[in-house]
Amino acid sequence: MNIIVCMKQIPDTSEIKIDPETNTLIRAGVPSIVNPYDKNALEAAVQLKEQHGGTVTVISMGPPAAKEALKECLSLGADRAFLITDRAFGGSDTYATSYILASSIRHIGDYDLIICGMQAMDGDTGQTGASMSEHLGIPQLTYAVKIEVEEDTVTVHRETDDGVMVLSTKLPALCTVGKDINEPRSATMKSKMRANKIDISEIHVDDMPGIDREKIGLKGSPTRVKKTYTPTIKKSGKKLEGLTCNEAVEALAGFLTEKKILKGELV
Amino acid sequence: MGEDKFDVIIVGGGLAGSTAAYILAQEGMEVLVIERGNYSGSKNMTGGRLYGHSLEKIIPEFAKEAPVERRISKERFSLLTKDSAVTLEYAGAKTGTPGCESYSVLRAGFDRWLAEKAEEEGAMYIYGIRVDDLIVRDGRVCGVIAGDEEMESDLVILADGVNSLLAQKIGMKKELLPSQSAVGAKEIIQLDAATIEQRFQLNPGEGLAWIFQGDCTDGRIGDGFLYTNKDTVSLGVLTTIEDIDGKETTIPQLVDRLKNHPAVKPLIEGGKLVEYSAHLVPEGGYSMVPTLYRDGVLLAGDAASLVINLGFMIRGMDLAIESGRLAAQTAAAAKEKGDFSADTLASYQQALEDSFVMKDLKFYDGYEKVMEDRRLYQDCPAKADRLFADLFVVDGSGAKDISKKIVPDLIEGLENYNS
Repeated sequence: MNIIVCMKQIPDTSEIKIDPETNTLIRAGVPSIVNPYDKNALEAAVQLKEQHGGTVTVISMGPPAAKEALKECLSLGADRAFLITDRAFGGSDTYATSYILASSIRHIGDYDLIICGMQAMDGDTGQTGASMSEHLGIPQLTYAVKIEVEEDTVTVHRETDDGVMVLSTKLPALCTVGKDINEPRSATMKSKMRANKIDISEIHVDDMPGIDREKIGLKGSPTRVKKTYTPTIKKSGKKLEGLTCNEAVEALAGFLTEKKILKGELV
Repeated sequence: MGEDKFDVIIVGGGLAGSTAAYILAQEGMEVLVIERGNYSGSKNMTGGRLYGHSLEKIIPEFAKEAPVERRISKERFSLLTKDSAVTLEYAGAKTGTPGCESYSVLRAGFDRWLAEKAEEEGAMYIYGIRVDDLIVRDGRVCGVIAGDEEMESDLVILADGVNSLLAQKIGMKKELLPSQSAVGAKEIIQLDAATIEQRFQLNPGEGLAWIFQGDCTDGRIGDGFLYTNKDTVSLGVLTTIEDIDGKETTIPQLVDRLKNHPAVKPLIEGGKLVEYSAHLVPEGGYSMVPTLYRDGVLLAGDAASLVINLGFMIRGMDLAIESGRLAAQTAAAAKEKGDFSADTLASYQQALEDSFVMKDLKFYDGYEKVMEDRRLYQDCPAKADRLFADLFVVDGSGAKDISKKIVPDLIEGLENYNS
């Protein structure tokens, strides 16, 4: 069984800062990581491979630096990796991205199952996986917490507020997963050495003659950002400083009485 | 390349480790470097200046391709009191001539470059793995253990830094004493290249190395430092661990003190703090260097305590590189002989003794005792201040007889130094 995993390299969201003037993310100096949900997708794929045989291929669209993230995926059990990279892809929104990824998957060919993380932690849109299945014309089973494959059928469990939904469909299909599906493994010395020896191939726009150039990059992206803003944090609390104990108590009581939180007089 | 056993496993991808890896790979040996950080240099720190001579031997004209910051053309030394500075500046023709170059460097970029050079030669690097222990059989080191995974080799080179917990684990080193180690804290402050060249009076591409003694350590044993990089300035303090206690000021406060000193503040005005780091530095001198070989294992770089701190000059990286080179040569000879026993590996210690590394360490042996004289950090700056105030300050209260003052002061100073 051949599985393709889609991965995005994102800035480490735990270290993100916003430029207060431009309201955009400060990317400089922020370390990059593999989108955590994509690690769950990879782990799910590797587990299926361990049960059924076959290969796991990881693909990622991004700048050349994303090869680092692909290498990490190779050290976590993937067999092949492709970096989809081209200036023509720059500025793509989720619509264009899913079209490019779908075109790349057609180019790679020969797959039974595609697994994606449910969303990327930097954008949180959760649209790319689902859109890809539409572009490819295959069924989608989203937010899976369990994936099982038997012959040509994939069955997933998906948790809802009312209980567990069990869905089955014929392969090829696309699944998206969250963090509850598994605990991704850690790389070992041997797996890292194995990853060092695998060449990461690149896919450029010219490799895909069938791609519609009107549908990619900034030009192919219908999303327009009208406005971004940072929510203002209301400053709460007031600090009483430089007072003696009695003065502080009186000031506090006065403040609370004034705000009608406290009634009556102090004795 | 086999995956089960290597000729040499190097723990630590810093300058000593990568130098050894580079040479071993060139010799055609199967070498694995295991680095704990996500890339080489991610956990390393220098003040910092690299004296180029030892790397020049391995990669001639390395500065043309390596990410060095500036070639140091100017040296400054200052004695600081709270509000005064007595400064000596040296710019000589020899500082720039071949064989004498030194460069300001930032390790995150520099170590990464050297690691890539070693990888190009065929060394295998794996990152993000911490080696927890060594495989020891019949007293012989046979490989490394990370988690529940083992990897074997004929030789392990421990280039795992100042603490070298692995060398401690197998009893080659003792735990560091507070008197044998210093903590360095550094800020990287961003300015632009033109501003740096203007403020520090430098030609494009040239740099300044500046050491401070006195107020910046609040009288503690240690020094302040400032190095100009391409478009940043590295600035910080180095203080002996033993001497941190007993005073109210904290290490970050000492860095602030240097930044706000009138001799420094206008030079970094408007700069933006872009990085903050701190690291341990071994500074026990020659006597702290342990036996550096055992059956199947060698120590190199900071792990071998190869650092010279003279107050006006701090060296570690050029020693680390040379030790890496000699460790690699020893390993290649051992492979030829098919014998990695302590008897064969002893030639490493001998090679170090014959090199500038141990010669220089030995030459300055005991100097750390001089450095421990607190008068250097307390009385000397104050005396220098008074002396130069008498020379240069005119307040109308009548000239001072300088000859009567300078001469006894100098004599007293010299006597202090000699004692």
